[in-house]
Amino acid sequence: MADVDVRLVNVTKKFGDQTAVDGITLDVSDGEFFTLLGPSGCGKTTTLRMIGGFEQPTSGLIELKGEDVTFLPAHQRDVNTVFQSYALFPHLTIFENVAFGLRRSGIKGGEVTRRVGEALELVQLVGFEQRYPAQLSGGQAQRVALARALVNRPAVLLLDEPLGALDLKLRKQMGIELKRIQREVGITFIYVTHDQEEAMTMSDRIAVMNKGRYEQLAGPETLYERPATRFVAGFVGASNLLEGRIGSEGDQWTVTLPSGSTIRAPKSLGDIGATGAIGVRPEKLSLLEPGQESKGNALEGVVVDTSYLGVITQYVVEGAGGLRLLVSEQNVDRTTRNDTWRPGERVTLTWRPEHGFVVGDAVGA
Amino acid sequence: MGLIRRHPALVPLLLLLPGITWLGSFYLAPNLQMFASSFWSGSLENGFAFSLGNWVNYPNALGTYQEQYLRSIQYGFAATLICFAIAFPLAYFIAFRSGRARSILLFLVVAPFFTSYLLRTIGWRTILGDESIVLGPLKSVGLIDPSARILDTPVSVVAGIAYNFVPFMILPIYVSLEKIDRRLLEAAQDLYASSWGAFRRVTLPLAAPGIFAGSLLTFIPAIGDFVNAELLGNPGTTMIGNVIQRQFLVVRDYPTAAALSFMLMLLILIGVTIYGRLLGTEELTSKAI
Ligand SMILES: Nc1ncnc2c1ncn2[C@@H]1O[C@H](COP(=O)(O)OP(=O)(O)OP(=O)(O)O)[C@@H](O)[C@H]1O
Ligand SMILES: [Mg+2]
Repeated sequence: MADVDVRLVNVTKKFGDQTAVDGITLDVSDGEFFTLLGPSGCGKTTTLRMIGGFEQPTSGLIELKGEDVTFLPAHQRDVNTVFQSYALFPHLTIFENVAFGLRRSGIKGGEVTRRVGEALELVQLVGFEQRYPAQLSGGQAQRVALARALVNRPAVLLLDEPLGALDLKLRKQMGIELKRIQREVGITFIYVTHDQEEAMTMSDRIAVMNKGRYEQLAGPETLYERPATRFVAGFVGASNLLEGRIGSEGDQWTVTLPSGSTIRAPKSLGDIGATGAIGVRPEKLSLLEPGQESKGNALEGVVVDTSYLGVITQYVVEGAGGLRLLVSEQNVDRTTRNDTWRPGERVTLTWRPEHGFVVGDAVGA
Repeated sequence: MGLIRRHPALVPLLLLLPGITWLGSFYLAPNLQMFASSFWSGSLENGFAFSLGNWVNYPNALGTYQEQYLRSIQYGFAATLICFAIAFPLAYFIAFRSGRARSILLFLVVAPFFTSYLLRTIGWRTILGDESIVLGPLKSVGLIDPSARILDTPVSVVAGIAYNFVPFMILPIYVSLEKIDRRLLEAAQDLYASSWGAFRRVTLPLAAPGIFAGSLLTFIPAIGDFVNAELLGNPGTTMIGNVIQRQFLVVRDYPTAAALSFMLMLLILIGVTIYGRLLGTEELTSKAI
């Protein structure tokens, strides 16, 4: 296990009577790309600002490299931030923007020039030294913000939706770039985003936040394959949740749907609790002609919508009792038929119990 | 409309037309007329005659009134410094710390304008008078000499000028401070600047255009002011504005008055240019946006 770089213990932040962050405890390891993912207003920025020193927790403890920094002002923390709006100094050249932190920590002359040069090289902006921020494109400004933070070689870099202001194509490109830079410099990144795709492609681990706490903290694969709560299942990728009467049969959980059908999932997938459900991702479902042999779990239904999306075709299937399920089928792999299913056709939906997942009781409920 | 569509280059011209007409008739024409009259000789009774040889009006006027020029510069300078010392902290407070009181405070800054300039200045006679609320208590306690006075001294003149022009310093500084993105200050602190460091490296440079504008708006009218010296001063505090006013309206020596006015304008122009260079404001204003 690598060293712990950042540790939050039971950190809570209240603004008046509103709780923005509600008792978060987590460890971020040295050199990790750690992401706080969640919808707007869930407390991501507030958490990040407390780590950066711009906000003080109402209660709880924040440690950096084993040292308690809960009440240390921002300028004394070995942490730098890439702000969502970049916050480049408009009256300083790119060179001076990047050199700002170095100069404040007393580094002089040639050393400043060398390190600023290195940082600009890292973000591929050599030659922009004498420009002013107003003369940069959004993507370039974003790189300068990154260089300005990285040049100080902080223990931890905080990034608050750094790609939020860029268009989709540039965002993807910069995402890959960010990941490369992080690997190159080996600095711990704590990254905030509400874009699950961004989080999945870049992160080592992701904390999925909701209403001031995180519901699951895991790697991208685990979050997708084994979402632990309804919220995570819905926020990270698409899923079908099957709710009903919960039971237990040997080493399997059972859920009996209102229609009377029973579906199963191995207990090894997780604890279903008293109010949980069994879920399954759309691509794990197969569509069969009614009566064909199923893979374990099976539900009858009617195709109500078909959308051809290139790589996949997406279906909405309505089962008994109005239950709607999302199914996606790879277009290369039409083993059962040579054509897409059409609305109105009767089908059997089937999947192997171990390909589902189990969500437990809601966190904090 | 058709004309504009065919000649889009006309648009700026049309937009400028009212301004040009106004300035042409009420600024440029009188100035030219005044410039011409500075080369006059003669008197109101015997009539004036124009001759380029009358350039001597300039050195003559300067020779006679250099003391008043010098005094105006000193008073204007002192008043501008006082205004800055009052205005910057106040503007800073209103921009950064005032919360919901902001609009009330801004209103209070401009509230004096609802009363006439003359009346307010005369009001200062009461405030600064020998037995006034300022001096009276101090004298009765024995803190200062019973014969001490402020009214009709350079102090009261400079105080009056500073009082009258301080809003012109506050407002531009406030505007420039208000515009500063608060996240820039957080960014500075994130990059190891202390609060003072962030102020010096970020707030102050970004406020420079406001400071520049404010000090011009204060210094220029202050240096040409005559009301405060007239109402709050003594014959020994006469400023160049008083001289010009008297030459125009009392003595009616138009050539001398005109020459004095032009030298004052030139003086201000030179001063402003040097000041602008020193502060590098052109760069600042174009890049701070
Ligand atoms: N300074 C503040 N004063 C009062 N309430 C605040 C303050 N800052 C944040 N909040 C509240 O705290 C909650 C969490 O805010 P936060 O900015 O951390 O959300 P976020 O997850 O970053 O959202 P977004 O994705 O929209 O940026 C919100 O409900 C917000 O209204
Ligand atoms: Mg945020």
